[in-house]
Amino acid sequence: MAILNVLALVCLLYVVFLFTVAFAADRAARHGRGKWLRSPYVYTLSLSIYCTAWTFYGAVGFAARSGLEYVTIYLGPTLVMIGWWWTLRKMVRVGRSQRITSIADLISSRYGKSNLLAVFVTILAVIGVTPYIALQLQSVTLSFAAFSETEQAGAALPDMQSTALWVAMGLTLFTILFGTRNLDANERHHGVVMAIAVEAVVKLCALLAVGVFVVWGLSGGVSETLARIDASEIARFEVPGSRWIGLTMLSAAAFLCLPRMFQVMVVENEDEDHLRTAAWAFPAYLMLMSLFVVPIAAVGLDVMPIGANPDLFVLTLPLMAGHDGLAILSFLGGFSSATSMVIVAAIALSTMVSNHMVMPIWLHFTGGSAVISGDVRQVALLARRLSIAGVVFLGYLYFRVTGGGAALAAIGLISFAGVAQFLPALMGGLFWRGATRTGALAGLGVGFVLWQYCLFLPSFGPSMIMPQTVLDHGLFGLSWLRPQALFGAQDMDPLVHAIMWSMLLNTGAFVLGSLLSFPQPIERLQGAQFVNVFDHSSTTGGWSGGMAQSEDLLIMSQRIMGATEAQALFATAARRQGLAGYLPEPSPDFLQELERELSGSVGAATAHAMISQIVGGAAVSVEDLMAVADETAQIMEYSSQLEAQSQELARTARQLRQANEKLTQISVQKDGFLSQISHELRTPMTSIRAFSEILRDTSDLTAEEKSKYSSIIHDEAVRLTRLLDDLLDLSVLENGQVVLNTQTGLLSDLLDRAERAAGVQVGTLKVERERAAEAFELTTDLDRLAQVFINLIANARKYCDGDPPILSIRTHEVEGRLVIDFTDNGSGIPSEKQAVIFEKFSRIGETKAGGAGLGLAICREIMTRLDGSVSYLPGQKGAAFRVSLPLQRRMAAQ
Amino acid sequence: MGKKVLLIEDEPNIIEAVSFILSRDGWEVKTHSNGHDAMEVVRLRAPDLIILDAMLPGKSGFDILTEIRSDAAVGETPVLMLTARGQSKDREMAERAGVSQYMTKPFSNADVLAAVRALVTP
Repeated sequence: MAILNVLALVCLLYVVFLFTVAFAADRAARHGRGKWLRSPYVYTLSLSIYCTAWTFYGAVGFAARSGLEYVTIYLGPTLVMIGWWWTLRKMVRVGRSQRITSIADLISSRYGKSNLLAVFVTILAVIGVTPYIALQLQSVTLSFAAFSETEQAGAALPDMQSTALWVAMGLTLFTILFGTRNLDANERHHGVVMAIAVEAVVKLCALLAVGVFVVWGLSGGVSETLARIDASEIARFEVPGSRWIGLTMLSAAAFLCLPRMFQVMVVENEDEDHLRTAAWAFPAYLMLMSLFVVPIAAVGLDVMPIGANPDLFVLTLPLMAGHDGLAILSFLGGFSSATSMVIVAAIALSTMVSNHMVMPIWLHFTGGSAVISGDVRQVALLARRLSIAGVVFLGYLYFRVTGGGAALAAIGLISFAGVAQFLPALMGGLFWRGATRTGALAGLGVGFVLWQYCLFLPSFGPSMIMPQTVLDHGLFGLSWLRPQALFGAQDMDPLVHAIMWSMLLNTGAFVLGSLLSFPQPIERLQGAQFVNVFDHSSTTGGWSGGMAQSEDLLIMSQRIMGATEAQALFATAARRQGLAGYLPEPSPDFLQELERELSGSVGAATAHAMISQIVGGAAVSVEDLMAVADETAQIMEYSSQLEAQSQELARTARQLRQANEKLTQISVQKDGFLSQISHELRTPMTSIRAFSEILRDTSDLTAEEKSKYSSIIHDEAVRLTRLLDDLLDLSVLENGQVVLNTQTGLLSDLLDRAERAAGVQVGTLKVERERAAEAFELTTDLDRLAQVFINLIANARKYCDGDPPILSIRTHEVEGRLVIDFTDNGSGIPSEKQAVIFEKFSRIGETKAGGAGLGLAICREIMTRLDGSVSYLPGQKGAAFRVSLPLQRRMAAQ
Repeated sequence: MGKKVLLIEDEPNIIEAVSFILSRDGWEVKTHSNGHDAMEVVRLRAPDLIILDAMLPGKSGFDILTEIRSDAAVGETPVLMLTARGQSKDREMAERAGVSQYMTKPFSNADVLAAVRALVTP
C-alpha cells in the first residue's frame, strides 16, 4: 500500500501545484502582467487537450490491437492544422467578431440566432461528450488500479468507484473555481489555460520518458526495439484503406467540432497569429506524442504477460520494471491528460448548457423581470456552476452504469463520430451563404439519429439498449434497417459504416434543406457576416482588449441625455467607485448602468451598439445592427404615421375650408340670386300695379291713354310669366331633373325652325347660312337644342348693332365634334363681360330688351345636358357664340 | 309752378307711371335713366326732391345718394328711394347713406304721392 499512499500524496501535490499555477496565471492576467501568458506556445500547448488519457494510454493499446491505425488519430488534426489553417483562422475570426461562446453558439448565431438549433447542438454535444468524460474517469481509476494490482490483486475494486468519485469531485471544484471566475464566457480563462499548458508539458515529458526507458532501458536500444517491432504482430497488421480514410477524416472533423477543442482554439484564442505558430508546433507536438507509441506497444506485447491490458502498458511497463518514480511520472501524465480534458470539456459544455438551456428557461419563467434588478449575473454564474457539476456528474454516472467495460479507444471514436455531425452545419455556415437554419436542423437531425442508431446505441453491447433482434434483422424486421448494414451496405466496418451513412445523409439533408428553404433576413445577414468575415472585421480589439474611454462615453452621453443629467450620472458613478471628482472607471457595472440609462433615450440596441463602439471599439454585431435597424424602423414608422396623420389633418382642414368657401359662395350666390329674382319680379309687378291703379283711380283718362296703359300691363304680365317660365326651366335643368326627349332630325331643319321662332322674318336681322354644310342628322333632344338656337338668334336680333345687322351661322367639324358658330357683325361683347354672360341675370349692355338675363344661363345648362357646350368666341368682329355637339353621322346626300 | 322732382329710374314703364301720377298732382317732373351722369343732372336741375332707383346702369343708387349727401350745393335735397330689392340690408345701406325715405317696389301710387308731399315742405 506504500506506493498507493505515495501516489495519492504526489497526486495531491500535483493538484495543489496546478491550483497554484492557475491562480498565479489568473492573478497575473488580472493585473495586466504576464505577457508570456499570451504566448503562441501556451496556445499551442492548450490545444494538446486533444490528446486525452485516451491518447496517452489508449494509443498504445490501439497500436497493440490494430497496428498503425492509431496514427490516423494524429493525422486528422495534423492535416487540419497544416492544410486547413485558413479554415481555423476563419473560425477564430468569426468567434471573435461575433463574440461566440461555444460551438452551439456559433452554429445558432450563424443560422439566425436560432435557440432551437443551439439546444439541439448542446444536447448532441452533451450526449457525445459524456462518454468521453467517463473515459477520462475510467482511465484515472484504471491507472490507479494498476498500481494497487501490483501491491495486492483484488483489493482495488471497491476503491475504483470511490477513486472516480473523488476525481470527479476534485475536477468539478477546480473547474468551478477557475472556469467561472467571470461571467463573460468570451473572457479568457488564463488560469485554466495555463494549467492545461503545464499539463501538456507533463504528459509529453511523461510519455517521452517512458518511451526512452522502454527503448533504451527495457529493449536495449533502437535496433533491438525495431527487431521486436518486426517480430510483433504490429508489423503484420494491415489497415484497410477505407478505415484509414474514414478515421483520418473523423479525427479531423472531431478536431474542428469537439466542444473542448472549440473552447481552447476559438474562445480562448488571444490572437489570430497564434494559429501560425500552432500550425507547425501542434503537429510537432502530436508527432512527439506518437513517437514512442509503437515501441511501447511492441515491447509491452513482448514483455508483459498474455492478457495484460495494452491500454495500460505506459504505466505497467515501468511498474513491472520496478521504476516506481517513472511509473508515477507516467501516472501524472495520464492524470494530466484526463483532468485537462474534463476541465475544458466541462467549461465548454456548461457554457452551452447554461447559455442555451438554463438561462432561456429561467428568463422565461421569471419573465425577464430580474434583468432590471441586475442579478442576472448571479443567476448565470450559478447556472454555469451547476452545469459544470452536472456535466461531470453525468460522466461519472455513465462510468458507473457502463462499468468501464469497453475499450478506451472505442468510446473515443464513438464520441468523435457524434460531434463530427456538427461538421456540415459548421463548414456550410462558414463557407456557404445559402446554408439555412432548416438545412442545419435537418442535417444535424439526420446525422444525430443515424449516429445513435448505427453506433451509439449498439455500442452499449447487444441487448443493453438495443435488442439483439434489431441488430440482426433490422428495425421492425426490415433487413435494410439493420444498424450495422444500413441500406444493404453489408460487410463494412461498423464504425466506417456509421460514419459513412451519418455524414453522407447529414450533408445531404443539410444541402437539400438549405436549397429548399428560404433564409430569414437575420440568417442572410449572419450568413454574409460569417462567410465574408474577413471583409469586415479587424484582427485587433475585443471587449477585454481595449480600455474604455470615459471621456468619450461622457461626450456621447451628454449628447444623448443632455449635459446636466449625464454629468450627474457620471459623478454618482465616480463617487461609488471612490473616485469623487474624477471620471468613473468604465467598469462593467458602470457600463451596464450607462447602457440602461441610454437605452431609455435611444433604445436598447442602439445604446448597446454605441457603447460597444467606444468600449474597445468592438465590432458591432449583425444582431446589434439588426436591432438598431428595427428601432430606427419603428421610430420612422411612428414618425411617418404622425406625419401621415398631420397630412391627413391638413387635408381635412383644407377640404373643410374649401367646403366652407363653397358654401359661403353658394350662400352669396343664393342671396344674389334671390335678390336678383326679387328685383326681376318686382320690376314688372311695379309697372303693373302702378298702371292698374292709374286706370282704377283716374277717371279722366283718354281712350288712347287707357289703351296704352292696358298694353303696358299686358306686356309686363307676359314678361313676368316668361321670367317665371325661365326660372322654372333653369331650376329643372340645374337640378338634373330634366327628361330629354330624344328625336332624330336634320340640323338644317332645326335652324330653320329656330329662325322662325326667333322672329327673324319680321325683323331687320339678316341670317347667312351654308345649307350644304348643315347636312347633319342629329339624334338628340331637338326641342332643347332648338331652344338654344332660338336664344342665340334672338339675342342677335335684340343686341346686334351692325348696319344692317347680319348673323352668320357656320357649321363645321372641329376635332371630331360638330360645331355651329353664331357670329354677328355688331360691336360684340366687351371682354370684361365675356366671363359672366353665361351667369344668371347678367345682361349685356345697359339697355333692356325684355330679357331677364337667364337666356344664356339656360343655354349653357341645356348644352351640358346634351353632352355639348356653348361658349363665347372671343376675337371675332361681333358677338360670336359657338355651340358644340358630339359628332354624329353625316347624311350622304342632302 | 309746382316744385321740381327729379326721377332717376331706368325702367321706362315705371318712369311713365310715376311721371303721370306726380304731374297730375302738380309737380314738375324731370327724368333721367342712367347712373353715369346722374350727379351732373342733379346739380344741373337742383330739384326740390329726388326719386332714386337703387339699381341703375352705370352707378348704383346708393353711390349716387352718397355723392348727393356729400355735395355742398344739393346735399340737403330730400331723397326718396324706390327699390325692387326688398331686403333689410338694402334699407340699412340706404339709411346709412342718408336717405330721406325708402320704399320698395311695387308701391301704391297714393303712398308715393303722400311721401313726395311730406318730403317737400312747401
